[in-house]
Formats: sequence, C-alpha cells, structure tokens
Amino acid sequence: MLLINCPYCGERPEPEFVYGGQAHVARPGTEATDAQWSRFLYERDNDRGAHAERWRHFHGCGRFFNAVRDTTTDRFLATYRVGEPRPKVSA
Amino acid sequence: MRAPARTQGSRVARGRPIRFTFDGRVLFGIEGDTLASALLANDVHLVARSFKYHRPRGILSAGSEEPSALVTVRRDAAHHTPNLCATTVELYDGLQAHSQNRWPSLTFDTGAVAALVGPFIPAGFYYKTFKWPRGAWKALYEPYIRAAAGLGRAPQLPDPDSYAQRFAHCEVLVVGAGAAGIAAAVAAARAGARVILCDEQAAAGGFLLTEADAAHGERIDGAPAGAWLERQLAVLAALPRVRVLTRTTAFGWYPHNLLGLCERLTDHLGMPQPGQPRERLWQVRAKEVVLATGAIERPLVFPGNDRPGIMLAAAARTYLNRHAVLPGRKVAVVTACDDAYRAALELAAAGVKVSVIADIRSHSEGALPRLARAAGLPVRTGVTVVGTAGRLRVSAITLTPLDAGGGAPGAATERFDCDLVLMSGGFTPNVSLFSQARGKLKWDETINAFVPGATLERLRPAGACRGLFTLAAAVADGSAAGDEAAREAQLPHDGAMREVAAAATDAAMAGQPGALARPPAARGKAFVDWQNDVTTFDLALATREGFRSVEHVKRYTTTGMATDQGKTSNLNALGVVAAVLGEPLAQVGLTTFRPPYTPVTFGTLAGRARGELLDPVRTTPIHGWAREHDAVFEDVGQWKRARYFPRLAEDMHAAVARECKAVRNGCGLFDASTLGKIDVSGPDAATFLERMYVNAWSNLAVGRCRYGILLRDDGFIFDDGVVARLAPDRFHVTTTTGGAARVLALMEDYLQTEWPQLDVWLTSTTEQWAVIAVQGPYARRVLEGVVEDIDLKATALPHMAVATGRIGGVPLMLMRVSFTGELGFELNVPADFGQAVWELIAAAGAIHGITAYGTETMHVLRAEKGYIIVGQDTDGTVTADDAGLSWAIGKAKSDFLGKSALQRPALREPGRRQLVGLATLDPRVVLPEGAQIMATAGLPPPTRPLGFVSSAYHSATLGRSIALGLVAGGRARLGTTLFVPTPQGEVPVQVTAPVFYDAKGERLNG
Repeated sequence: MLLINCPYCGERPEPEFVYGGQAHVARPGTEATDAQWSRFLYERDNDRGAHAERWRHFHGCGRFFNAVRDTTTDRFLATYRVGEPRPKVSA
Repeated sequence: MRAPARTQGSRVARGRPIRFTFDGRVLFGIEGDTLASALLANDVHLVARSFKYHRPRGILSAGSEEPSALVTVRRDAAHHTPNLCATTVELYDGLQAHSQNRWPSLTFDTGAVAALVGPFIPAGFYYKTFKWPRGAWKALYEPYIRAAAGLGRAPQLPDPDSYAQRFAHCEVLVVGAGAAGIAAAVAAARAGARVILCDEQAAAGGFLLTEADAAHGERIDGAPAGAWLERQLAVLAALPRVRVLTRTTAFGWYPHNLLGLCERLTDHLGMPQPGQPRERLWQVRAKEVVLATGAIERPLVFPGNDRPGIMLAAAARTYLNRHAVLPGRKVAVVTACDDAYRAALELAAAGVKVSVIADIRSHSEGALPRLARAAGLPVRTGVTVVGTAGRLRVSAITLTPLDAGGGAPGAATERFDCDLVLMSGGFTPNVSLFSQARGKLKWDETINAFVPGATLERLRPAGACRGLFTLAAAVADGSAAGDEAAREAQLPHDGAMREVAAAATDAAMAGQPGALARPPAARGKAFVDWQNDVTTFDLALATREGFRSVEHVKRYTTTGMATDQGKTSNLNALGVVAAVLGEPLAQVGLTTFRPPYTPVTFGTLAGRARGELLDPVRTTPIHGWAREHDAVFEDVGQWKRARYFPRLAEDMHAAVARECKAVRNGCGLFDASTLGKIDVSGPDAATFLERMYVNAWSNLAVGRCRYGILLRDDGFIFDDGVVARLAPDRFHVTTTTGGAARVLALMEDYLQTEWPQLDVWLTSTTEQWAVIAVQGPYARRVLEGVVEDIDLKATALPHMAVATGRIGGVPLMLMRVSFTGELGFELNVPADFGQAVWELIAAAGAIHGITAYGTETMHVLRAEKGYIIVGQDTDGTVTADDAGLSWAIGKAKSDFLGKSALQRPALREPGRRQLVGLATLDPRVVLPEGAQIMATAGLPPPTRPLGFVSSAYHSATLGRSIALGLVAGGRARLGTTLFVPTPQGEVPVQVTAPVFYDAKGERLNG
C-alpha cells in the first residue's frame, strides 16, 4: 500500500486516492487535427522510470494533483499541485 | 507401545498434562507442547500421507517451514481447519487432530499404490497424459485426480468466528523475536523509538528457546542463552514504548513499509471466550523495519530421505531441549555442517544411542566434531547415503564412501540400524520478506545460500537472515541494526538504494557451508520437496525437457508451491536445476517470494467485511413503504430498488402488465430517488455545463429543464439526465442511478484540471432529495389537490418546466418531466419527508386508481417510447447520433466533451451501429437481451453479426413484444427483416423506428 504525499494534506495511504492517468496531457482545441486528437485520446507514455501522473485525493480533500513516480520502484520522486510545472527529478 | 518418550527430571516434563486425540486415539501431552512435540512424545512418527504418492510421512521440522506433517484440527463441523502444520499447532485440552489424504487409514492407505506406479508419473505427467479424448477430462481424469491427490478437506459450514483488524504506526518494526530481533528491539527502544516486535511463535525467543536448556548450547556474553533471553525480555517489558506481539506472523510486505501481521488470538485455547475474535490483522506502517527472520535448516537430499523418523537436526534439538521429548532411541546423523554434531552430542547425553554421524564432507575438524569424537561417537566422513529402510518409520540407513562413486553398483556399503535420522544440509537465511520488499539477493559462497543484497525500502536485515548464524554474532548485528533504525527513523527518506553491508562472519561460520541437492546419481526417490512429492529426478527431467528458468521449473514440477512455499526445498531445487544446466547458482536465481509467508485465513483478511457488512446497502426514503407493500426489490449498484409490486398471486409478468396499464390509462407512482443529483452552482455554471454536455445551456431559461447528454472526449455516450435551471447561476443536474459518482468525478476532473479558472461549485445532492414520479393522464388531477403554490396548468407549467412550491407543508421542487411518454411530474422533496409525501400522494390519488410501479414497469414504458438507458442500450461505443440523439447537440457550440472526436471519420461512418426498434414477426416471442442480430438466415458460425438486442420486453399496452437493438447501418434498414439466433431457433425480426407508442409524443402534453 503506497504512501502518497498529497500536496494539500500530507502523507496518506493509497486507499484514500484514485489514480488519474498520465499528467500534463493537454486537451487539444477544436482546431486540432485528427492525429492530434487521436494522440490525446488514445496514446500514453509507458515510461520505465520517472513518470508524471495524476492522482486525486478522493477520500480526503478531493483535489487532483500531479506526481512523478518511478514506475520500476513505485517510489514517489515528487508530488505537486495542478498547474505547477513538472519538477526536474529523475529516478 | 513403548513408554512415553520424555526425558526425565526436566522442568518441562513436570508441566500440566493435556489430553488430546489424533485420529480418534487419546493421547497426552504437556503444557507448552506443540501437536508435533506431543505426538513425538507419544512415539507417533507417522502423521501424514504425501500429496502425490501417498507415502508415509513424519515430522520434518519444528516450525512453520514444515512441509510434511499437515493435519486437520477440528472443534466441530464449522471450526475445522485443514492443512495446519503439526509443528505450529499449540496443544490444548480436548484438541482433536486428524491426519489427511489417506483412506481408509493412515497406516493402511490404498492411495499408496500411486507409489508403485511412481516411475510412470513423473513431473508434468498430467499435462502429457490427460490430453485426450477431450470429453474424458471432465468425466474421468479430473474426478480421479482430485480424489487421489490433495491435502485436507475444506470445512462445509460458514466460518462462525469473528476477526478483528487494526492499524498501527511505529518508528521501528522488528520482525522475529529471536536473538537478533530482541537485541534490535531493545536497542531501538533505548534510542527512543516506538517499537513493535512480533514473532510467529507462542513465546518470544526464537532459537534461543532451543538453546536455553541445551547441554551443548551456544552462549551469549559468556552466559547461557536462556539467561540472556530472560534478562532481555525483562528489559523489553520495562520499556514503555515497546509492544511485543507473539503468535503474530508478519506474512506480507507491501510497498512503502506497510506490513501485514496476523495475530492468532484463540486457536491455542481450549475454550475461547464467546465473541472473542479468532485472529487480528495488523496493518503496520513503520518508518524503519528490522528483519530478524532467522534461518531455516536445509534437508539433505538422498534416496529414501522422507520416511517418518527422518527430521532436521535442529528440529530434534528443539524437541529435546525445549519440549523434553526424545524423538528416537537410536539415531543416525547425516550432515554437511558442524551444527548437527551438537544434536548428536545432546541426544547422546540424554541417553540416545548414536549409531553413526555421517558427514558428507571429507574432513570435519571443528570444535563440535572434535567433541563428538572425544565422546566416542562413531563419525564417518566423506560418505553419502544410498538408501534407508523402514515402512512406517525409518529402521536403517545405508552409507557408501563418496569416493567409491556415490552409490555406484558394487560399491562398498555400510548399514546402520536406527529409528531416527537427523540431517542437516546447512542453514538457509530466511529472505522471504526481504524479497517481498523487492530486495535484491546475492549469492554467498561461504554458506551456499542467498543473502540480502540491496533494497529501496527502509529496512535492515539482521542476524541469521543475512547469514550470521551464531547467537553472539546475531545479537551484535541486531543491536546495531536496532540502533541505526531508530536514528534513521527520525530522518526523511532519502529514497536511495540501500546496500546491505557484507556480514562479518566469525570463525564458527567455517563449519557451516552446508550442501545443496545434486542431480540423481543413485536409484530411489530422493525428495527435494516433501509437500509436493518432487524428487531430484523430476527436477532433472524438467530441466532436460527445456525448462531453463527456475520459475518455469517450479510451475512444471510444482516444487516450492502450496502451503509451505518451498521453505525447505527452494534452494535444493535450485541446486539440481543449476547442476543440470551447468550454470552458476547465482545466475539461475531463486523464484520470487510473494505474500503470504505462511497461510493466512480468509477471515483475517476479510475482517468485518462479510455478510451484510461486505458492501453498503443503499435504500431510498420510500423503501419502508415499498417493503410494506410487498415490493420485490432488485439490486442496482448498491441501491435496493422496488422492481414491481405484486398483488395477491401475481407473478412479475402480471404485475408489470397491470402497472403499465395503470400508467398509460390512469396514474402511476414511482420512486426515482436513486437518480444521481448534482448541484452545479457559481457564476460560470452555465459555461461549465456548455463545455461538459453536448447541449446548449446558455439559452435555457430559469425555470426550464432540458434532457442533457454527456459524452466522453472520445465522443461516446457517458451519461444522460434532465438538467433544470433553478437560477441564472444554479443548475440541478440529474444523472443515471449508476452513473452518479462517475459523472461527478468527471466533472471535478475537468473543472480542476482543464478549466480551473471557472468559478463553479459541484455538490452531490443525490441523498438530499427524495424523488417521486407521478405519471399518467390523471397525474395533474392527482397533484392538484396536494401541491401548494404552483400552478400546474399546462400553460403555466408546460412540459420540461420546473417550479418550487410546497406539498403537505414541505418544500417542493417540481419538474414536469416524463420517462414514460405520459403527462408526468417529478416531485423533489427533502429526503426525510419522502415517505410522508409519497403517502400523501398515494392517498390523494386513490380515487384515481393511482398505482405504485417499479423499475421493471419503468423499463417497459420507456422502451415503448424508445428512451434509452445508458449502459443498457449503449455500451461505451455508442455516439449521440448512433443512439438517434443528434438533435440534442448544440450545433453552434464552439466546444464540448466529444465534439472534436465526433468529427473523426470513424464516428461519422453511415455503417455504424444505430439504435433501431425490432419487431418480431411472431408478436408473442420476446427476444433474449444480448442476442446477436444476423443479416441472413441460417448462417453457420463464425459469422460477423450486424449488432445485438439491447432491450426486449412484452408490452401489455401494445399486446406484443418490443425490442431495441444496435444494428449496423440500422436506420437504412427500416422495414427489412433480420434474424436473431436464439437457443430456441432463429427469430425473424422486422427493423422499425425505435418508438413503438405515441410516435408524435402528444401524450406528453396532456
């Protein structure tokens, strides 16, 4: 059971959270091409190592936030608020 | 029967006698006994039959690593636990134990014929043999195999016990209360840490309990081990921040230092208190963990090494020193390390005759071998075992010099009579939890075993589990680890990989190289895995057949599986595989350790979450009335919804027909409280809904409602529901019953992450409102008498209008909406008043024949009108246009979820599956929902269907069956005939528009 550091509430156990998929995937505008929409809808990174992803502290503050997690070790390298840039951390 | 095999005069032997039964035979043990020690004290060595060959088996070990002595312990039909290790079952007065996997009895077991055909059932036999004929598997092979193989039987009754669960936090969790663990706990607590120390045994001490009264035991700081143990336990008891949990197994390591502990509370008690939980699950989050999980002695692998009376040397020491039991009268010791000499010396001192000490090493010059020779014990070095004798208990052992070819025919042999064979292939560090923590293992040449290498988790292995086998070394190592852990726990985690420093081995370690199993050289079954009857021959065969990964060899041969998870066998299996492959052991590697370390009951994991506490049950405010009026309920997610209200002897068909007619011809009353409800408020509420739903909202006037459709960004229908505008900045959004939570989650997602600048508040109000639908031509007449402050006339409150007022003095939000196609109203009142308002309406409507109806009738009525149910008539690949709902899309809107995706070519193809009506040519036939739809009759499978039936009912109003379905290019097929294969034959259907009743929708305006 992971221990996740919510940027609003602090460390809480994994059952309080809901995973939200890859972070920093910008929603294209209506002017975007089919290929851009296809990438947005269906293509996600499958990183080995540092991976930026969304989490929501569902059974807590209810807020979405982002995290960089090492997918090979499940170690959280950083958690940060929505709108903040991805911190420069590496696995 | 011989005299009870207890040593005389010992402290233990004077304990309170305890009566128990084994296979119905009354026996006596002594307080503090395990079932195994008590059986041995009664000279019972034959306790089990093996899994595959039904070979007679005895007690191999004295701990939870036991692969062989599995028994069923039973209090009654419900309190019946199979596959327990006799070595870990604590004796209590009246305990009933039963042997397993034998018929008719343990001493005469017909299943043992399997042993005669043993050469013909090697590894993978089932996979190779029982492949054909196909039908024979179910009828013949499987029942036979199931009957012949196996362990104990599962209880037939529900588990009557209760189980507790709790969470705990500490700075330092120490797993294992042996020498290293106790030293670690003391050191950590003295450094100021909150400490939890757990151990699977009934008492703290680990192997110290074996050494405590030992004649040739190890000493710590010059004192006997027992004295050190007593002193340290007193220290621990006096430290306020230490919790010692005995009978508590740390069975699983989960990420970020969370450990699962199972504490056994009543299994050792003859008379548990009523209501006392049987076990307690601890979920402990520790800043730092010290693993002091010890080491497990390895068996030696030689032909006939599995007879009753053959056990591990250290286990014999435990029985002798801790339980005052003589496990035999004439012992032969076979060893690859010095430690087993200690067992020979102590047994000799207790009066046991030592037939031979057979050391497979060419030299044994350590302190213990010298002592043994000085004591006149017969020692042979450089020998190996070619076989053993004895049917239900070992009676002799035959040795041959190793340099004579290791059992080559004609080599010189020497035979020794014995009734007990002790063996020691060295000790294997218990790295299960370390490995579960994704720790990397490294091969240690000096002890022929894997030891902890490096890990990312905040843990420290200490003592024997990292190869420090002497008590003095373990104490020093544990103490250092506990102290470091306490200090490290104060610091934030640096996240770096921790290398486990090389263990500083002392001189005594030179005598502990141990040995690993080799491929078979001699004839006869040499067992590697007692529990699964896996021999060296099986492992060598699997490897020769091409299984090169140990993980594959494990699955093919089943070595290391089942309740013991290969605690005694894994390394020996690896030895055989590596030798056949000709690869270094370190390279071949071990199989992965996974939780649980020892079996954990389902009850412990489930805790209170069973029966009615397994899942919440949600009931509506009107549930009580429905129950009183004989509603038949159905589960919709966690909700209980009234499905229909049968009167007298009505079946569902009759009740639904009556309810449908009442709504169409008079007035029906329906509990719609389970509908999801979300309050969307704020200055940007309209903008937010514009972006979420396909519909236009800005032009929705206050006091009006609109049917909304929510797509995902991929263009497919996600949910639907009526949205009412209560104020310029406030909307009441309804969702499907099942979609309420995910719609709110989707809204929150977009609001927080895509459009955080929008000023909107989302609040779930599902359970704040009771929703009562009043539907039918008489609906207005019924309500006119009871609704206050709202003009119900069509001119004042047209279809899709919303108004607030009162009913029965209760605040009311009244929506004129219909999911039946009739004149309809939905009354929203505060949930607490739901049933009172319902009863008020029911009373007012009585003279109009108002009829309560359930979800089944609601389904029929909406299907007659072609109204979809999201999730029934859609499946996640249906667009608004596919469902015939493109009219709802706000064409002028710049963006909404799914807008761009709807423009993608695949979503605009005319051949997409579209919602249509399906009329069976025979009006009596109701299609099965989910049935496939074919273009032509009589096509043999496999054929690609055009689509499927999504909804199908008998319509009492129309006097025929109706159905909705999704059909490729369906709207272009109107009027054509398609075919629906069913178990009763192919049903021809005509494609129709999806609206079967009142196509013009005039009844809505009644």
